Amino acid sequence: MTDLSALPPGSGLRGATIPVLRERGQREVFCGLTGIVWLHRKMQDAFFLVVGSRTCAHLIQSAAGVMIFSEPRFGTAILGDRDLAGIADANDELDRLCVQLLERRPDIGTLFLVGSCPSEVIKLDLAKAAERLSAQLLPRVRVVSYSGSGIETTFTQGEDSALGALVPLMPRSEARQLLVVGCIADVVEDQFRRVFDQLGIGPVSFFPARRAGDLPSVGPNTDLLLAQPFVGNTARALEALGARVLEAPYPFGAEGTTEWFAAAARAWGVDNVQFQDVTRPLEDRARKAVSRHVARLSGKSLFLMPDSQLEIPIARFLNRELGMRLIEVGTPHLDRRLMAAELPLLPDDVALSEGQDVERQLDRLRGAAPDLVLCGLGLANPLEAEGFATKWSIELVFSPVHGYEQAGDLAELFARPLDRRERLRV
Amino acid sequence: MQLTLWTYEGPPHVGAMRIATSMEGVHYVLHAPQGDTYADLLFTMIERRDRRPPVTYTTFQARDLGGSTAELVTRAAAEAVDRFKPRALLVGESCTAELLQDQAGTLVQGMNLPIPVVPLELPSYSKKENWGAAETLYQLVRRLLAHRIPAPGTPRPARDPQRRPSANLLGPTVLGFRCRDDVVEITRLLGELGIDVNAVVPLNATPEDIARLPDADFNIDLYPEISGITAAWLQRTFGMPCAKTVPMGLSATREFVAEVAALAGVDAAPVLGRERPGAAGFDSSKSRLAWYARSVDSTYLTGKRVFIFGDATHAVAAARIAAEEMGFTVVGLGTYSRELARPVRDAARLHGVEPLITDDYLEVEKAIADAAPELVLGTQMERHIAKRLGIACAVISTPMHVQDVPARYSPVFGFEGANVLFDAWVHPLVMGLEEHLLQMFRDDFEFHDDAPPSHLGAATEARVTGSEAAPAAVAPVAATHESVAMEPASGSVAAIVEAPAAAEQAAATDATVPWAAEAERELRKIPFFVRGKARRNTERFAHERGVKTITVETLYDAKAHFGR
Repeated sequence: MTDLSALPPGSGLRGATIPVLRERGQREVFCGLTGIVWLHRKMQDAFFLVVGSRTCAHLIQSAAGVMIFSEPRFGTAILGDRDLAGIADANDELDRLCVQLLERRPDIGTLFLVGSCPSEVIKLDLAKAAERLSAQLLPRVRVVSYSGSGIETTFTQGEDSALGALVPLMPRSEARQLLVVGCIADVVEDQFRRVFDQLGIGPVSFFPARRAGDLPSVGPNTDLLLAQPFVGNTARALEALGARVLEAPYPFGAEGTTEWFAAAARAWGVDNVQFQDVTRPLEDRARKAVSRHVARLSGKSLFLMPDSQLEIPIARFLNRELGMRLIEVGTPHLDRRLMAAELPLLPDDVALSEGQDVERQLDRLRGAAPDLVLCGLGLANPLEAEGFATKWSIELVFSPVHGYEQAGDLAELFARPLDRRERLRV
Repeated sequence: MQLTLWTYEGPPHVGAMRIATSMEGVHYVLHAPQGDTYADLLFTMIERRDRRPPVTYTTFQARDLGGSTAELVTRAAAEAVDRFKPRALLVGESCTAELLQDQAGTLVQGMNLPIPVVPLELPSYSKKENWGAAETLYQLVRRLLAHRIPAPGTPRPARDPQRRPSANLLGPTVLGFRCRDDVVEITRLLGELGIDVNAVVPLNATPEDIARLPDADFNIDLYPEISGITAAWLQRTFGMPCAKTVPMGLSATREFVAEVAALAGVDAAPVLGRERPGAAGFDSSKSRLAWYARSVDSTYLTGKRVFIFGDATHAVAAARIAAEEMGFTVVGLGTYSRELARPVRDAARLHGVEPLITDDYLEVEKAIADAAPELVLGTQMERHIAKRLGIACAVISTPMHVQDVPARYSPVFGFEGANVLFDAWVHPLVMGLEEHLLQMFRDDFEFHDDAPPSHLGAATEARVTGSEAAPAAVAPVAATHESVAMEPASGSVAAIVEAPAAAEQAAATDATVPWAAEAERELRKIPFFVRGKARRNTERFAHERGVKTITVETLYDAKAHFGR
């Protein structure tokens, strides 16, 4: 059980010095545009307009998997030959499309112009376009821009860029407050809010909020608790406005969630007994839910392909709470500062890799013959066909996996492929 | 700049991937940034491929721009050739790489690799996926047959009479609609005619298969979107004739048999004589569609209003089948394939509807809502539209979903394909007798207006939520249900619905005539998906005649008026 007066687990261990294999080559990952798929569900008054190519439009609809929304709150302004040849003024065209779009969608209060690889390469200035359109459309609609391009962002970094674009618009506040940063499921947000209330920590805001228009405030007395391990640039932008990051492991699993709350509790001077009273039953319940999957996962080896930047916290959870053996933990991008509380919790012999050369990594994977592989959708069926059990990494961002009440679900996600293999006799 | 919410086709380099992934021994080096690898999952997830597409992405990043992106191309090509040992290499660029102008194809050609290199120029900002697939196949075939091109005017050698006639099947690809099974079906059909298949290209083909394409006596252009230009080039260059009938539907299959038999110089009579239209189907005939369509059970299909949208090949064929082989009424026909818009326009004229040539999903949705069909035959997109509008739907064309790649043998071409289509299109509808019961006992708590067809799985779910608030859940029944109040003859609802649109719009601006409560209740007996239109037309009728209140009488007067 976590004692607030004791040092956090992992303190003084060698996390910072774990060697990392850095690789450069073909990457089998999504680009930052993919974040739109969950961001547009979270922020119900926002529209995401990608300024890009048919590839961008195709990517988002393919990543979304099923097109359940007849008219989604995202779209693509597809650049054509006329735009590239300069026959049409791209800025005029963009203004025209935005106005047309907003006429159809009076419910939209925030419009994100999302930069893509092609718009970056042709140096279309979306920041300027957002400024121009805002001047025209405020107060009804606020227009902001960010880049989700693959030449600059990997998968979840798109969310970091999107949130970063909102930071300059946040109201300033001197009040002492806690700000939770990173998009989490509504149900998890409600659970977290209840725990903070019981701990007497507040006011607490979540960023992003359910409405993009309800921007939380920030200032020198704002403490930041990061809910997602990929919001580094957003955290730095908030720090520049005086906020302070509370270093903590991420709220995955029973232990991670308690340590995450403990970081806030320490900063807010919560009494140790009160902290135990609040978190102990929740942690016990989470450990019980997780324990159902220990028998299936304990001792099994795991290979994590780089994808969402969730790999290190997830590996920590599966290793420490389920007893899985970590063969290689890949991450598209290693932000040591954001991982400062996580890295010391990994076993000493873990192989960390950053970036990707997918063919070489698959060679290592085949050599190590893991019991389970965490990977993207492009690799899953081919690896299954080679005999490996796989878990799709995209479920980690598309389903609620944070916090105490979801710890068992998170374990189950990894147990299910092995369960399935035991059942099938074909 | 064009605003797009959903897109029917991917970019052209995804078309090139479909060609490479269809084949063995071909690798594709794609100059592309991180993220473009998303396309792999189309193959590994939608079609459950057990291997990754044979594609190496250069994965350039922002920091490479203006510096070493070209170097990445040659390194990726060298590594791909070394690792995968392909026997032909495609080299191309995705949309972003096209802007960098690194000339990836030329760079790799300059490497003097020991295998044929095919540079691809696929303009991402003006062309789309099917065009990219067609162009890639064409360039690959041209390159691999370069050494066999005869001098112009060389007569085509006559077939050795000892050898059976043979044909090439051109166009089937991965991520094409039911290509896997269509190839089996057509191969079997050709076998019954005594015609061998020399090569199937590109599905499961090797570069060596392409190199022996001219050995066949003729080509079959099975999927013109993909193989049209290749078939035309083989005809021009090697004098190979080409069968152009797409064998989808019973009549088209019979015409296809006659066409290939003529090209092969074989007798079609044994096959055609056995597959008799309208025969009871209990002899050796494989085609059950004709008999099923004539059986009394199918009477309820008569005049069902069907809206068709897809690639040109499948849409045109589906329209003919719908009209001639199912007895439906085609109320809409369109395609997203601009390259093949002409045959769709011709077919639309034949069916007396306005052709819809667009890749704008919202335009299609509006056209479907306006046409108020009882069945939609479309793509994955139209399935979503139909679901939302509460209309029955069957998928007939790409783009498709994992559900459209069934485990069972399920061709849509040939005689068996016609059987498959009959089942696939009838299944979403309410069956005839059930429809009658629904009409007679409309207030029965189980047989009520919004009850779904009992043979469809959604039944229990719909019962729970069964109210007007959940139109999607109750969709199947409402879509096919004809109001008894409006009289049982088919087309009764259409009578009010089919008023000229321009006049309707003019009326929309006028003040609405109030409805008597009884008339409102009567209106509610009309299926909800056409109710709005019936309401508007009745109001216009009333307004034009200065009727103060719409009564039940006004409603039926309007029905008679618009019924023509």
